[in-house]
Amino acid sequence: MHTDTTFLQGLWFILIGVLWAGYFVLEGFDFGVGILVRALGSDDVEKRIIIHSIGPVWDGNEVWLITAGGATFAAFPNWYASAFSGFYLALFLVLAALIVRGVSFEFWGKVPSARWRAGWEWALAISSGAAALLFGVAWANFVHGVPMGADHVVHASLLDLLHPYALLGGVVTLSVFLTHGALFLSLRTTGELRERAAQTAKRVWPVAAVATVGFLVWTLADHGVDIGVLLPAVLAVACLTSVPFVMARSGGLAFGLSAGAIVMFVATLAAALWPDALPSTTNHLFDLTLAEASSTHYTQVVMTVVAVIFLPIVLAYQSWTYWVFRHRLGRDDYEGPVTPLAVIDSRRAKTNGGVDPSVAGAPPHGA
Amino acid sequence: MSVLDLARSQFAITTLFHFIFVPITIGMAFIVAVCQTLHYRTGNEVYLRMTRFWARFMLISMAIGVVTGIVQEFQFGMNWAQYSKYVGDIFGAPLAMEGLLAFFLESTFLGLWLFGWNRLSPRMHLTTAWLTCFGTVLSAYFILAANSWMQHPVGYTVNHVTHRAELKNIFAVLFNDTVLLAFPHTILGALTTGGMLVIAVCGYLLLRRRGNEVVHRSLRLALPFTLVTVLATMVFGDSQARLMYEQQPMKMAAAEAQYNTRNGAPFSVFATGSFTRHPKSLSKDITIPHGLSLLATLSWDGQVKGINEINLAEQKKYGPGDYVPIVGVEYWTFRLMIGAGILMLLICLGGLLLLRRRNKEVPKWFLRFTLLGGLLPILGNWTGWAFTELGRQPWVVFGLLKTSQANSTNVGMTDLIITLTGYIVIYGVLIAIGGWLMLRELRHGPEADPPAPGEGAPPPAPAQRPELILAY
Repeated sequence: MHTDTTFLQGLWFILIGVLWAGYFVLEGFDFGVGILVRALGSDDVEKRIIIHSIGPVWDGNEVWLITAGGATFAAFPNWYASAFSGFYLALFLVLAALIVRGVSFEFWGKVPSARWRAGWEWALAISSGAAALLFGVAWANFVHGVPMGADHVVHASLLDLLHPYALLGGVVTLSVFLTHGALFLSLRTTGELRERAAQTAKRVWPVAAVATVGFLVWTLADHGVDIGVLLPAVLAVACLTSVPFVMARSGGLAFGLSAGAIVMFVATLAAALWPDALPSTTNHLFDLTLAEASSTHYTQVVMTVVAVIFLPIVLAYQSWTYWVFRHRLGRDDYEGPVTPLAVIDSRRAKTNGGVDPSVAGAPPHGA
Repeated sequence: MSVLDLARSQFAITTLFHFIFVPITIGMAFIVAVCQTLHYRTGNEVYLRMTRFWARFMLISMAIGVVTGIVQEFQFGMNWAQYSKYVGDIFGAPLAMEGLLAFFLESTFLGLWLFGWNRLSPRMHLTTAWLTCFGTVLSAYFILAANSWMQHPVGYTVNHVTHRAELKNIFAVLFNDTVLLAFPHTILGALTTGGMLVIAVCGYLLLRRRGNEVVHRSLRLALPFTLVTVLATMVFGDSQARLMYEQQPMKMAAAEAQYNTRNGAPFSVFATGSFTRHPKSLSKDITIPHGLSLLATLSWDGQVKGINEINLAEQKKYGPGDYVPIVGVEYWTFRLMIGAGILMLLICLGGLLLLRRRNKEVPKWFLRFTLLGGLLPILGNWTGWAFTELGRQPWVVFGLLKTSQANSTNVGMTDLIITLTGYIVIYGVLIAIGGWLMLRELRHGPEADPPAPGEGAPPPAPAQRPELILAY
């Protein structure tokens, strides 16, 4: 039953692509920063700065993935069912990595012991790296297709998903996210840490560039040079290759370019996938098309109304969060004797004109 | 164990684990927001210390609740692909809305609250606390709307070409009368969970003679608050019983282990013996005459159908098969849930009476009793959840899809054993660390009262910046 893709199906495919692109841009730097916590943090203060650079936002960034999953379930239930059951063990590894990563932020600061902290730093770095790698592997497999019969039930073991093309996809996301995270860190910190982060971005960048070019050429070779796939691929490469040349002039622009590269990378993969949701390597007659995977027109109308109203609101308050936490973090923010109630006192001092914030106090409680 | 049993065990284990932390988070987020509001309104710093102390418990719980929640969403596709295909057109919508409307709100504003003490105005900062709290409550609504559709499908048609249920009316799904009662029952249960946790922590600190202003004031707020929430939970639960009897009579019959239809049916408090189909040996030792009829029908001599008759009726309607859930489990989870509620009610009432006695300390036996109170809400939440989900069996969507037709056909024994073992190990470590950290916060206790004016030197200044005390 191969029918044409409707307008709403197309819209939801694009929206899900937008959610994934948003997830990779935002969580991409979270992953990069997470991987670098031990490599770049020379002491506890620097490690705290690194963690705090994403502290207020990482959880909100992760919701992009949750919403992408929910949107896929609602708009293309058969895609959700085939892919999630078909990528079973790979997805379990992703979930395990996300679980470990999520708690390592919170647990890290809870106990002021060197061994405890080192443990959670390793947990954070390894789980961030694993997740960054696995998402590339997963997306490469989406585009490449999986062994699947006419019933759209995937029969693939974990090893079936680890073919060279998929592994190269994993190297792309890992190295690009690492570059992206280092650029983010150089934007959000000061002093030596900022320098080291910028150096790291420059050092990882060639790997990211080579892997991305290789992967995209491979994708084009597989799918035929279609303008819809070629254009975003060229843009992705253009964005990524210009990163080191603008870094000295503007760190913000360099970060914007790495974000642009990630968006265009997702756009390339989505364009290569269209009009399929999940191709079959068994036989192309068994490809799961978007039209076949789709929910009803009514459900997609409902979801469109909800998305049109609420997606802009979400974008507005998430952007505002980045505005609130736009200040660079440096050692000054973390050192120096300030007491727990000083905030209130300093607020009061602003209005009443004067209480010495160093007088009031409460017992120390290591955070 | 079959593949289906393993998939079901996995869902049960991951859900029950997740459901330890969700009610704690919802309840504590509300309590924290209330404390912060009191500080904002009165300027009394004890409320700020309360905010910070209770937030520590909320944050540990939230961290574990959030990460285990991701598993919940992905699990439908992973282990229950047939289910996802069958219900996706309907079930996916509230899940997507939950992400877009609730999870974004909750997580973004939690980040702002956690790191924003010094970056936002006090008013704006307080707003972020309430938006976080609102996000947790909203997410509960959407997921309960999705679950209520499984208990009582509405607003759909079955498409026999595509072999799935299709959405006809989203408002029918979102305002299903099942969710309109399940939501207040669950949210009030979550507030009770938060309140009881506060009471138990205060009880522990008083027992250790570590009571200070934070402890006393928290206890005085938590006791009446929890009394109200636990009573309201019961009131909504009582209304749910009648709706349940209307929508899923089998669940009600199983809750009482009543095999034969009768008028003026009693409610038994305690039963011994096995819950087999023709229970000759099942003896109901203490019964409340006419109790079940009152609960199910609000009338003294109301007729309550028995398991055997309902089973026959369902066989006629849905074809041959067994439509009886595990009666023993239904019978006991129902009573444990109610029992936990009654004990919590007694703790609140007792605490309020004992606190009224001027200049007298709360007796030790009572404080020990409150420690038990910390576990009662978890027991109540668990048994309530298990009761409603297991009582729906053999259906996954009542009347439409059986659980045995819902799992992923391509996920085999080995896959399930690997992931089940993985979840048990990861969750085991999480609960050990989470529990240990909470006990650590408990033993550490709240910040001390500031010294009265002119009373000795101020305590040594801590190295920690105040706005970062809660941040990692």
